[in-house]
Amino acid sequence: MTAREMTTTLAAEQQRRKSARQTRALRLNAARFVFVAVFLLAWEFASGRLIAEFFISRPSEITRTIWEWVAGGDLFYHAGITASEAFLGYIIGGTLGMGFGVLLGRARFLAELLDPFVMAFYSLPKVALAPLFILWLGIGFSMKIALTATIVFFLVFLNTYTGVRNVSRELEAILRLMGARERHVLMKVVLPSAVTWVFAGLRISAPYALIGAIVGEMMASNRGLGFLLTRSQGQFDTAGVFAALIAIMLLAFVLNTAVKYTEIKAMPWKTAESDREVTI
Amino acid sequence: MLTSEKHGQGATAGTHRQPLIEFRNVAKTFWTKDDEVRAVENVNLAVLPGEFISLVGPSGCGKSTLLNMTAGLFQPTEGEVVYAGSKVVSFNYKTGYMTQNDHLLPWRDVVGNISVPLEVRGQRKGEARERVQSLIKLVGLTGFEKSYPSQLSGGMRKRAALARLLAYDPETLLLDEPFAALDAQLRLNMQIELRSISRSLNKTIIFVTHDLDEAVALADRVAVFGPRPGSIIRMLDSPLPADRDLLRLRHDPDYTRLTAELWDMLTPTLTATRGEAR
Repeated sequence: MTAREMTTTLAAEQQRRKSARQTRALRLNAARFVFVAVFLLAWEFASGRLIAEFFISRPSEITRTIWEWVAGGDLFYHAGITASEAFLGYIIGGTLGMGFGVLLGRARFLAELLDPFVMAFYSLPKVALAPLFILWLGIGFSMKIALTATIVFFLVFLNTYTGVRNVSRELEAILRLMGARERHVLMKVVLPSAVTWVFAGLRISAPYALIGAIVGEMMASNRGLGFLLTRSQGQFDTAGVFAALIAIMLLAFVLNTAVKYTEIKAMPWKTAESDREVTI
Repeated sequence: MLTSEKHGQGATAGTHRQPLIEFRNVAKTFWTKDDEVRAVENVNLAVLPGEFISLVGPSGCGKSTLLNMTAGLFQPTEGEVVYAGSKVVSFNYKTGYMTQNDHLLPWRDVVGNISVPLEVRGQRKGEARERVQSLIKLVGLTGFEKSYPSQLSGGMRKRAALARLLAYDPETLLLDEPFAALDAQLRLNMQIELRSISRSLNKTIIFVTHDLDEAVALADRVAVFGPRPGSIIRMLDSPLPADRDLLRLRHDPDYTRLTAELWDMLTPTLTATRGEAR
């Protein structure tokens, strides 16, 4: 076979694989669509016939509520508030978590010194800190950010710490023999190898960032999706409650996707690892 | 012809150079949770500057342990390792160590991995790039510059690790079975390359292998180890000239005789280790 023929067969093989992948994805999505459609139809039918509408509302009613919120601009206003709280809290908590994780991961004595205190705070349900934050910061924007940041901090901190601690000591030794200083070891070995763990922490904590923002809003606020949720509940508006839940779900989805995308961009070698064929 | 000395007391006759690396009554014991393993015992060896020494012996006889101690990764339990006149107590920056595992950085591609030592030394980008390119060519990795270690075969990873080692140009090379995963042709190429590097750059090399032929073909002196706890049971001076032609070795009667002798010497210990395993 000439080199040219080999290239064409290779291209054909790649094309075949690609179209096989596409067909599979298409079929999967069609099945998902049918699943959702059947579920919504069953819900619509059951509502008022099998279960009182007060409890479960109905999809058509929920859609109408969402549409009203979208048309009135309510949804974007409140979702925007919640998203900013979650995002800012996520960034602040995540950054602090990474920083302290790296610091304590490298400074052994400090880590041992602080261990019981960190664990005590970690075991505390962070939501229970909300009243304290309200006393300190009032019921505004900053209190939700503080709550979110606290929740995110611990998850990212513990993961980063574990990641830094798990750095291969052999790799470190090899670099040291090359004459590397702590700065080199940190930048070339510790951080890149901990990054997998850091992202695991960031991924886990993305939904928790929303917990912080929404619980904060439910406790004391007059804006945000958490506020929409409690307001609808106060008015016995079941469709409104469901509409708010769906909005929260969508927001969580967006946040998760953003983290996942960043993760892929930040660790190109991981894609190389998962792309190759498995050999043992 | 075959000068063999008990416990390898130092230099070849006629040279009065100071040894670069000295093992003095070295012993190392590893403690695990409820067990202790004596890896090496009673090792005395002096390596001259520019000398190519290979350590050969059954697996688990502590050859790698000696390399680790030379690199200063840990200290001997008894005795001392002396490098250039001073006792090795921590990282020995004069040595470059190529371990059995390649220990490449998985998040860097081939170029990135080979550049690490140059970056550590703060070498300028353009200068470093040229050096890396020539090293890649030397170890035959052209075309794989942008590949991550996970995308390379075991042999290619070894070659990348060797290129990285040569990139920082240490005084002494500690090589732990560097060519074990290579195919025969490539292995011979790399052996020739290593031999010529050791000649032209006057590197001191300690080369660990379990391959008798390789040990004799490459080294100026061969230290033969017995089974664990490892100690040197024999020192052999290679009868081969410094500018030997590795391609013609198979036709060299000295080479054939020496490998045969080594083989006979090691066979009893091989049987012993097999009996132990059973």
